[in-house]
Parts: sequence; structure tokens; C-alpha cells
Amino acid sequence: MKNKMNIRRLLPFAALVVASAAAFSQGLDPKSLLKPLGESWPTYNGDYSARRYSSLTQINSSNVNTLTLAWASRFSGSNGGGRGGVAIKATPLMINGVLYFSAPNNVWAVDALTGREIWHYEYPPNTGSTIGNRGVGIYGDWLYFESPDSNLISLDARTGKLRWKIQIVDPKLDYTSTAAPIVVGNHILVGIGGDHIDNPGFFESRDPETGELQWKWNTTPRKGEPGFDTWPDEYAAERGNGTTWIPGSYDPELNLYYLGTGNPDPVMADQSRKGDDLYTCSIVALNPDTGKMAWYFQVSPHDTHDWDATESPVLIDGTIDGRPRKLLAQASRDGYFFLLDRTNGKNILTTPLIDSLNWAKGINSLGVPIPDPAKYPTPDGTLVSPPTGGATNWPPPSFDPETGLFYVGTSTSWSEFYKTDTDDHPEGWGGVDSGTGGEGGALLAIDYKTGKPAWKHQWPGVGGAAAMLTTAGKLLFTSNTDYVIAFDPADGKILWHTSLMAPSTAGPITYMIDGRQYLLAIGGDSLYAFTLEKPAE
Amino acid sequence: MGFSRNGKVALLIVAAGCAVFSYSPNLRGQANPAGETVEGTRAAIQGSHEDPAAVARGETLYRANCGNCHGMTAKGTDRGSDLIRSPLLIDDDNGNLLAPVVRNGEPDKGMAKSNLTDQQISDIVAWLHVQFYAADHRTTYAFRDILTGDPKRGEEYFNGAGKCNTCHSATGDLAGIGAKYDAHALQQRWLYPRGGFGFGRGRGGFGAAASSPRSETTVTVTLSNGHAYSGTLDRIDDFFVSLHDPDGTLHTFPRNGDEPKVVVNDPLKVHVEMLRKYTDQEIHDVTAYLASLK
Repeated sequence: MKNKMNIRRLLPFAALVVASAAAFSQGLDPKSLLKPLGESWPTYNGDYSARRYSSLTQINSSNVNTLTLAWASRFSGSNGGGRGGVAIKATPLMINGVLYFSAPNNVWAVDALTGREIWHYEYPPNTGSTIGNRGVGIYGDWLYFESPDSNLISLDARTGKLRWKIQIVDPKLDYTSTAAPIVVGNHILVGIGGDHIDNPGFFESRDPETGELQWKWNTTPRKGEPGFDTWPDEYAAERGNGTTWIPGSYDPELNLYYLGTGNPDPVMADQSRKGDDLYTCSIVALNPDTGKMAWYFQVSPHDTHDWDATESPVLIDGTIDGRPRKLLAQASRDGYFFLLDRTNGKNILTTPLIDSLNWAKGINSLGVPIPDPAKYPTPDGTLVSPPTGGATNWPPPSFDPETGLFYVGTSTSWSEFYKTDTDDHPEGWGGVDSGTGGEGGALLAIDYKTGKPAWKHQWPGVGGAAAMLTTAGKLLFTSNTDYVIAFDPADGKILWHTSLMAPSTAGPITYMIDGRQYLLAIGGDSLYAFTLEKPAE
Repeated sequence: MGFSRNGKVALLIVAAGCAVFSYSPNLRGQANPAGETVEGTRAAIQGSHEDPAAVARGETLYRANCGNCHGMTAKGTDRGSDLIRSPLLIDDDNGNLLAPVVRNGEPDKGMAKSNLTDQQISDIVAWLHVQFYAADHRTTYAFRDILTGDPKRGEEYFNGAGKCNTCHSATGDLAGIGAKYDAHALQQRWLYPRGGFGFGRGRGGFGAAASSPRSETTVTVTLSNGHAYSGTLDRIDDFFVSLHDPDGTLHTFPRNGDEPKVVVNDPLKVHVEMLRKYTDQEIHDVTAYLASLK
């Protein structure tokens, strides 16, 4: 890659560089996002497919047992979401030898070779939720991230200096702004989180230079729009939420951005929103130039259990019945694995991730689970699997095109769901769930063609949703408690493990600098880079 | 007003010259039959940092002066907008936005001036802030009627199909349990005695604290030389297993596949296995039965 220079060598010259939007001299040309994932890690999921599959092979199944720690670095900052420190729930980006990552209110640029801080940006104190921040987006030399008080912030990637900040939404409405912005062409795609109160859900596109709004897509339809008839009235539809807090995936050939939407509000007291509540708990395909929806597939109609369908929509170029197909797979929080045709949203298969699901009466002819009203929350409680946390959750899965397997962390457990707000017009959550135990967690390797696990690794102790990474080096990396573990992706054999000082809080990534491949693990307030003791030439 | 629930309806009524303020039965926002608003919990008052006495006065004043139009829980009626969702409330700071509206009314929307004192208006504002805080914070939610089951059927299940009496007795370990816990804690605790009855994410498996010595998970580790160690399980994963022996000493063993042999005994396993079998009716019946064991 021509941009393989280390940023430290560039820093003395940074002041001399005249900013040019078109040149992308040191930063990221958005066009490079279309290339297969290799030496850099330029967007949340590595590349647009959300497969989290790297083409790097230097670290591979034959030498992974010689991985050793290259460096470990701890980071501190104010209001960073940790107990007395920071909690890094961001997937770092790695471009031209520099790691860019965030915690709530904090952004860092770090030398990917040494772990040393290049700059640290701290956002001023505010009252926004510090539940998490999933990372930054980069366009040229400009970084983008969301502040807890719902501003979109742009920084100069070379210096960490503030370029501008723009209010996305009124911070007093108590949204949680945690999403990692995604760059597609000249669009900064911005999502929003938070379902504490019945706010309107949306997703929007902003101009990379000025931050101006290009388009805004409302998760729920307004009066007169398609899907409005799945709500009882205008108020319920407008305030029905459907958050957009996890980045989606993008198919440049179809020019469609795929996004999972969150649950409807009020979350558990559903009496004021009878109907399917479109387009909450759905996978939607949006045109990134216009914000127009091409198709939708709702994975949990009329959800009453907080099961966001925001989990990564993973793009698979596969084969079904001997025909090459453009596919999309999601392991959804409601406990089902969905395989769709991503050209039109038609369902190919729907299979259970865990065998304890008890909330659906069956699957309809369109592949959509049919919710059982007997399992909606009630004042005296209903026993439901999975709990609000889901069979899986936001930690991103991975798809390995060589094995044809989709890797996802799951949990088999139950909760009692209590409705606490029986008013005709409930607000907020209107209920809570209380855990009643479970059977622990597992790592599933799902054959996308059947939706069934080819192999399963049951964690002996605690375990559940966890971020995944696969590589062409025939490796699957994930985490369990404080461990980072390498599996053989074909059969689930453990090949290597090590311990961090805290449980992993974000997905591992891999990158290459000066001919050397690194595995980067993220745990709490620290990053850990591993490399081979002696890489072969 | 994009956030106004019934603003348009109210305006139409005003335009038609109807008697907007005449009383008619309230369709929405009634206090629940128990007489307590869902949001009126102590936790919400505490969390919102409002003065409890002011909130109590404010509730009475609100109901008498505002409730007919805006609903007894401030969530709106056909005659008045939802106040909890109002930007006026969300952006209000100690009454700087709300108080002038309460004092002067909004004649163009059919809301009359009030004769309330500044103190009374301040009390209403305090109560409204608690309502918003409560809707926004689910840790303040109060449980409703959980004891809906039939204690007699619960007793039959306990001693019959549920086989609860295999390990438990209404006159032994469970004597008086109905007096020890409130209904929600009781239901959660008998379903899964090892913690997990808070605002949960339903995490199961090992690691949660045992509620009594007899529910502790034990483990036996047998080495290849035949030597065996038994004790309470401290932690197990793919690479190590740790236990406390009867003296309290911690022993940790590396694991490599099936070596050494590890046998875990979780006495609460049957509680998890039963989660696949209970009907909701059976759960509510057993809870009602246990609640009757005062």
C-alpha cells in the first residue's frame, strides 16, 4: 500500500500540509473502503461486508501458538464510561500505522507499532449517558464520533483538534449517542440509541465537510407513509422509536446500506402500540445517496422484550441450490438466525440459535417469527427465553468464506417479564425483566446454507455474546471472560489463548505494519497488541 | 408542536366553540385502581432530587387543577396534551418554562389562567419533573399485582407435578417464607435462588453467589494419578478449574481437554431444568402458595 508510512515520520510535516478535501494524502480515501480487508482496518467492521474476515495470513493456524505480546497500553480520560477509568467498547480503526478509537467523551490516536499515544481528545463535561461508544469513522484526514450529549463531532485526524460539532438531537430527550459513524462515499452515516423514553428513532446522513444534513430516515412511518397502518395512531408511530445504534453493512454494487433497527417504545407496555410496529426490529436496505428504503424484513413483529435487531447484518456472497446468491445473514437478539436475499429482502431460512426459545408460535410463510401474545409481559410476570439481553447481542459476529461458517456467541437463559405500566398510555419501558438463570453460553459456528451449527463450543463457566474475528490464516479469534482465544474455524479446536487484565470489551482486529501482522485485543481501559515471535519471511 | 399528542384535536375543539373545560369521564391517564400512580415511587422522587413534601402537595394540586385535561398521570387526554412528553417539561429548569404557562394559561389553545400561588405552581412543577424522571428510569418502576395465582393449585403443584417437595418443605426450609419477601422477590427467588432477581439481563451459569450453603456448586477434580480433590467451585473455564477445599484452601488445576477429570455438581441445576417445563399459571400458583406461608 502506498500509504504505509508511519505517522510519526509525518508529524513534523503535518503543519505544512495544506488541507485538501480531494487529496487524502495522509488519511483515508473512501474508495479504499471498497478493497478486501488486509493491512489496514479502516471502518467499524473492517470492510463494508461486516464479515470481520481479514485476508492476512502471516499469523496462521500453524504458528499462532508463538504469538507474543508486542505492547500493552492503558488509557485514561474523564467521563469515559469506566469505573474510575475509561471503558473502550469501540472497534479501533488502523490506518497508515495509526490506531483511532474512542470511549465515551474521549478519542485517541495511538501509534499502532508501539502503543504510544499520539494525541488524546477530551470532550467537555456533559450529562449524557456514558454507556458506551462504538468507535470513530474516518474520511480523508477527518474523524467523526458521537458525543454522549448527541453531537456529531469532527476532529482533524492528524492533530486531534476539533473541526466542528453539530447537535443531532436535543440532549434532554435522553437518547444515548453511541454509534460509530460509517463513511460511504461522501456520506457520514449517523445512528442513534436509547429507548428510555418514547422518542422518534432515526438514521441520517451528513456532509463530511460541513456536517450538514443530507437526508434523514425515520425508523417509523408518519401518517400517509407505507407501514403507518402497523401502528394504531399517529402518536404511537411517531414516538415508536427503533434505534440505530450499531453500524450496518454496505453493498457497493447494489448501492444499498443494510441496517438493523431497535425495539419499539414503550418497550414492554405494548397496549398503546398494537400492530407490527414497522420498521422497528427490522433489517432495512437504504439507498445511501437518498435515504430511501428499498426493502425491509422484520425479525420481531410487535416486539415486547427489548430485542433490538441491530446486530450486524453480515453480507455473504454464497451459493444456494447451486446458484450464486447475494445474501445477508443476521444472528438476531430475539434468538433466530435469518438468511435473506439482499437484493430484495426475501427470506431464505430462519432457524433458532438456542433451543430454549418460547416466545413464538411458529415461523410464517415469509420466514418471520409469529409472536405469542401469551408471552407478552404481564403485571404478574411471564417466563420468556431469551431475556432482554437476548440470545446474542451487539458484539459483532464473523463470517469466514473459506469454511462457509458464521461465528456468533450465544446465551441460553430466561427472565420473568413484568409489565409495570398498565395505563392506557404507558411511557418509557413500562416494565422490567428479572433474570431467572440459564444454562450458560456457547460459541456457534453456523453453516449459512442450513442455519444449523456445524460445531458448537459450550463455555464451561460464564459466556455469551462476544466479538469474533476470522482470518485467511485459518483462525477464529474471540474472547471468554479475561481470555483471548484462537480457534480452528473448521472444527472448533482451541489453538491458543492468553489472558488480559480485564474481559474483552470490543472486537479484536488485525492489521499489518512493515511486513508484520498484529492481533489487537481490547479489554476495559487497555489495548493489547500481539505478534509472532519470529515471523517467517 | 411535533411532540404534542392531541394538540390538533384540542385546537379543533376550541375552533368549534365547544365547552373545552366541561368535565367528562377521563379516558386516559387515570390513576390505577390501587390509587397510586405508577411513577409516584420514592425512587423517582429521590432520583429527580425534588423535595418529597413539595411533590406530595404538587400531586394533589395537579390532580385538582390540571388532571381533567392533561390526565391524572399527565399523559394527556383528548382535551389536553401529554405533559410528560412536552419539550416544555423536558427543557424546564425549576419552573422557568412551565410556571409562566401554568400561571398565564395558553388562551389560544383553550387553557385558562390559574389562580394558583407561586408556591403551588412550584409544587406542581416538582411533581411533573418526578413523572418525567420516573418514565425515563426503569429502576424506579413499581411492580403491580404479582399474586394472581391460586394458592391451593400452587400447593398441589408443589407436592405433585412440580416435585418441589423432593427437596423443600412448607413446614421446614420454607416455613414463614411468605413473610420474608415481597411478592416479586419471592417469585424470583424460588424460580432461581442464586441471585438474579434484580433488574436483570438474565445471566445464568456459574459465578453468582450462593444464597445458602446447600445451594453451593461443588466440584471434584481427579488427577491422572488417581488423586482427587473436592470442594466448592471457585471458577471453571476451558483452561483452569479452581476450588476451595473443606479447609478453605484454594486449589487451581490447569485443564487440557479431559485431563484432569472434572465433575461439577450444581444443586440448583434442577431449578434451571424446570424453566423449560413451567407454565406461567403454575409459576403464579406456586408464588401465591409460598406467599401464603406466613
